[in-house]
Amino acid sequence: MTTTIGLRPTRRLILQGAASVALLGLGNLPFAPARSAANDKYPEEAFKQKNEADAIKTLYGKTAEPSDKVKLDAPEIAENGGVVPISVTTSLDKVTSISFFVAENPFALAASYKIPDGTIPAVANRLKMAKTTKLTAIVEADGKLYSATKEVKVTVGGCGG
Amino acid sequence: MASSIRVRATANGDITEVQALIQHPMDTGLVKDPKGELIPAHFIQELKFECNGKDVFVANWGTAVSKDPYVKFSFNGARKGDDLKISWTDNKGASDTTTAKIS
Repeated sequence: MTTTIGLRPTRRLILQGAASVALLGLGNLPFAPARSAANDKYPEEAFKQKNEADAIKTLYGKTAEPSDKVKLDAPEIAENGGVVPISVTTSLDKVTSISFFVAENPFALAASYKIPDGTIPAVANRLKMAKTTKLTAIVEADGKLYSATKEVKVTVGGCGG
Repeated sequence: MASSIRVRATANGDITEVQALIQHPMDTGLVKDPKGELIPAHFIQELKFECNGKDVFVANWGTAVSKDPYVKFSFNGARKGDDLKISWTDNKGASDTTTAKIS
């Protein structure tokens, strides 16, 4: 009697230990491929880049060519740099993402949108602008990058100034 | 607690137009409060829209998105009465989720 009671905790511990090892082993497998798909993850590094060219390179790993198929709509003059309405539409096919870059901001990348199949490649949002700046919209379509730029005059900056 | 997310999703034929307005400070971490102390960065990083088990739109945001962010987009393949699930997470790990009926 006493021996069985004495053994019980050890056996349980061993079983528990084995179970958790098994769980860990299983748990690691599905995560590995998920991590390599950089597209599905929040692009932390790209948001930390200060200038536009670096941000584009970090986010996409390539450069964009200007295209008149990307229509960027933003005001000529923004009275309040804290809230600038900006939208982009495109007639390009197979669009997978749309991103906005504000060149003169402390960090150039403002927003990046994933466009899954079936979603119309057009986005409207509101961004902050520190001062008068070049604004770039990048559309990723069929693996290539296309851009449109516009100069926006900002009379009051959007960084609490 | 009232949801931080306000959504309007309207189906017009095949296309559903979605407009969303979220209440969030979107602090950049570069602005000082009246006492001269930096207000730490606090902003939404990911905003996701799901319909019928599929992501229809995913936004990755930085600090340059305006306070109380607004976004508009459209997608194909939903009908009136379908559920649209919206969720966001910010850099402090906070999150919110809501579900809207497409009208």
